[in-house]
Amino acid sequence: MAHQIIEKTALDAPSAPDVVLMGIPSRGAPLARRLAEKIAEFSGTTPRTGTLDVTLYRDDLRRGPTRPLETTKLPDGGIDDKLIILVDDVLFSGRTIRAALDALRDHGRPQAVQLAVLVDRGHRELPIRADYVGKNLPTAKSEDVIVYLDEMDDRDGVLIR
Amino acid sequence: MKPLLLKGVRPYGEGDPVDILIKDGVIAEGTDDNAEVIEGNGAILLPGFVDLHTHLREPGREDTETIATGSKAAALGGYTAVFAMANTDPVADNAVIVEHVARRGKEVGLVDVHPVGAVTVGLKGEKLAELGTMAKSSANVRVFSDDGHCVHDPLIMRRALEYSKALNAVIAQHAEEPRLTIGAQAHEGENASRLGLQGWPAAAEESIVARDCILAKQVDARLHVCHVSTTGTADVLKWAKERGTKVSAEVTPHHLLLTDDRLETYDPVNKVNPPLRTQADVDALRQALAEGTIDCVATDHAPHAVQDKDCEWSAARPGMLGLQTALSVVIKTMVQTGLLDWRGVARVMSEKPAEIAGLTDHGRPIEAGEPANLTLVDPDATWVVNGAELASVAGNTPFEGMELPGVVTTTILRGQVTAARGRIDA
Amino acid sequence: MKHLLSTERIDPDTATAILDTADRLKQALLGREVRKLPTLRGRTVITMFYENSTRTRVSFEIAGKWMSADVINVSSSGSSVSKGESLRDTALTLQSAGADCIIVRHPASGAAHRLAGWLQHTNTSVVNAGDGMHEHPTQALLDAATLRDRLGSLNGRRIAIVGDVLHSRVARSNVHLLHALGADVTLVAPPTLLPTGVQNWPVTVSHELDAELSSLDAVMLLRVQAERMHGGFFPSAREYSIAYGLNENRLRLLPEHAVVLHPGPMLRGMEIASVVADSPQAAITEQVRNGVHVRMAVLYHLLAHEEETA
Repeated sequence: MAHQIIEKTALDAPSAPDVVLMGIPSRGAPLARRLAEKIAEFSGTTPRTGTLDVTLYRDDLRRGPTRPLETTKLPDGGIDDKLIILVDDVLFSGRTIRAALDALRDHGRPQAVQLAVLVDRGHRELPIRADYVGKNLPTAKSEDVIVYLDEMDDRDGVLIR
Repeated sequence: MKPLLLKGVRPYGEGDPVDILIKDGVIAEGTDDNAEVIEGNGAILLPGFVDLHTHLREPGREDTETIATGSKAAALGGYTAVFAMANTDPVADNAVIVEHVARRGKEVGLVDVHPVGAVTVGLKGEKLAELGTMAKSSANVRVFSDDGHCVHDPLIMRRALEYSKALNAVIAQHAEEPRLTIGAQAHEGENASRLGLQGWPAAAEESIVARDCILAKQVDARLHVCHVSTTGTADVLKWAKERGTKVSAEVTPHHLLLTDDRLETYDPVNKVNPPLRTQADVDALRQALAEGTIDCVATDHAPHAVQDKDCEWSAARPGMLGLQTALSVVIKTMVQTGLLDWRGVARVMSEKPAEIAGLTDHGRPIEAGEPANLTLVDPDATWVVNGAELASVAGNTPFEGMELPGVVTTTILRGQVTAARGRIDA
Repeated sequence: MKHLLSTERIDPDTATAILDTADRLKQALLGREVRKLPTLRGRTVITMFYENSTRTRVSFEIAGKWMSADVINVSSSGSSVSKGESLRDTALTLQSAGADCIIVRHPASGAAHRLAGWLQHTNTSVVNAGDGMHEHPTQALLDAATLRDRLGSLNGRRIAIVGDVLHSRVARSNVHLLHALGADVTLVAPPTLLPTGVQNWPVTVSHELDAELSSLDAVMLLRVQAERMHGGFFPSAREYSIAYGLNENRLRLLPEHAVVLHPGPMLRGMEIASVVADSPQAAITEQVRNGVHVRMAVLYHLLAHEEETA
């Protein structure tokens, strides 16, 4: 994925866009940091990172118990005119990304927004697609896809059940 | 009037069941084959109850109670005489109003309604009402009270006590020092303090009772203390009685059972004046009633309209229904606890209140030749209180939903059945 | 959570969750051009103030509007309230008109509890914005938020509440909440301004402010209402100020890190010297700012979840 991002954004080129990796908590945040490290390692350019909590923009808040809010941290210099790459662990209905796009709009006006996900499990409910996909994972709608990350779960892995 | 035969009843709950014949409104000897039979099934026979403290609300608030509905409630509660408090609108501070109340009571005929006259004009505590005129009126007033308001001016109180001596009357005081109870909402204690309700301190009652006892002793007059609510008042009464003061006192059923733990919900059905106090007070009041320091039970039956209760606490009016629940609460708090036997119940519900008010035809022994004002009680039955089913227009009972012991099966006024098995029989 | 009526018996986890939400909301709004979140779009919040309080009402109104709720203000003048309509009828009317949340300020203790009782079979939430002498839970929450900002955790912190505790809903709410969050609360007041049974509250009681100052992490001054000053609760404003006012000398006795709070409006010179109110230790403007975030957090916890009808 890091290679794809370097290639597609040409972020190591002289007139490269200013790329910011915005992780969507909870698991998108460490993923964004990992991607940034890999990109730095492969390209020599370290993209900025941030986190974007989309809870306050969700359309399903009234369908469950109170969701705790997560941290939103914009990179220094904000997001205006940047190339924002949203990073999340699983792409499913697309509703989280819809909320993230709304949230971004309130924070500024990026030059462009792209999406990177570790797993795309299908079953989209909105016209949203990922620009970078770690793995396409065909699933049944009734299945759960759980991503474990060392930073939070003491191990890495993807579980389908 | 057809004779009545009470078959298999136990006077004062003592001994084997006996038959009691009632002829011409009087308890008679022997038996009568023509008599209408009431099967007692071992029910307890007591002298008809006398309530020294009832608010019948007529005239003025007929939307909450009338003399007719209040009389029904009284008969169903086992009462044969009630004293209707003077805080009506207009105030019963003159002969016209007290005669009206007495006349309406007679017309209804379910219970002897004795009007209480106001001590001061308009209950304002400033000028004595025409006590003599009320006493000599056809209503024959013998109990005077500004209930709801305290006769707080010591000079007015002294004069009222002194003046009442010539009338063979008693002054019934609502003991509440007004300066100590400005804005008071609930018993001054931990619950009110935590809930932010302005306190009604025990001292506001006790200081007035102490003062009045001293005044009554000084002028050798009769004082009756309404709705005693604190341990301290019981102590003061004990002291005053020991030194020969002509003082009597009543306690309400709700002060014998409920505490200020009821404040928690802010439901004004529990708002009453004097307020519900602590468990320690409840225990002391039960003890004082058992010992005779407190002479009798009086209901302070106070009907209120829904809008005056279904509101915020401080806007609500104080008071609770009591006539139909009094006996059951006394059984629960005094009989089942072993503090009183049935003779004791007869004493506190009938004999003592009749004596305090100077009634000669109520609270009498159950003997041949005595007026047949009687109440039959099934001590083993229980019932669940439902305010909407009570006879009063209003439904503000704090005992809603409680299962209480003891059911009045029959009430008899001068040989006439007024209530039987929960139904008015007139 | 369906209603916020008091902080008594509040679960420390719930309190912390609300405070955390407030922190995150503050962070989410920091430096933004558009201070508007779509979270409560389409929800209707009605403030119903039977007492004047521009500060609290505006704070709730901004909180609701920043979360895109439709906020409607009802005051006791100019409405059916002044025509003698009962609290119950007003509440049921507002509920029927579509209120998802009613925020009520009322001079009667327990008014918010009564309201919640009348609305128990509906989905309408009730927030107590101050009821008589009882409670003012959002004030306590914003005080706690301010103290957390300055001190970090409240666990084991020594906090004095000074002044008219007897009549203060702010004091009652703070005692419960600060205790739940592990703070060590001392009430400082003359005996006439302490509630009955205070010895059984989870607090220490003192009549000497000076004796307490050096060990405090925070001091919270209470408003002395004008009508109390003439009620004989203490001899004079001058004597009160000498004994319990936070003046410059007393400020020097406080540790440097200690925070000074006041729920406002302040009586400068009497409860608090102007120099103290404007000192860096005073967190009075932060309290106001946190008020908005805390009230947003409360609305979020009440309205942004599936319906409860308990």
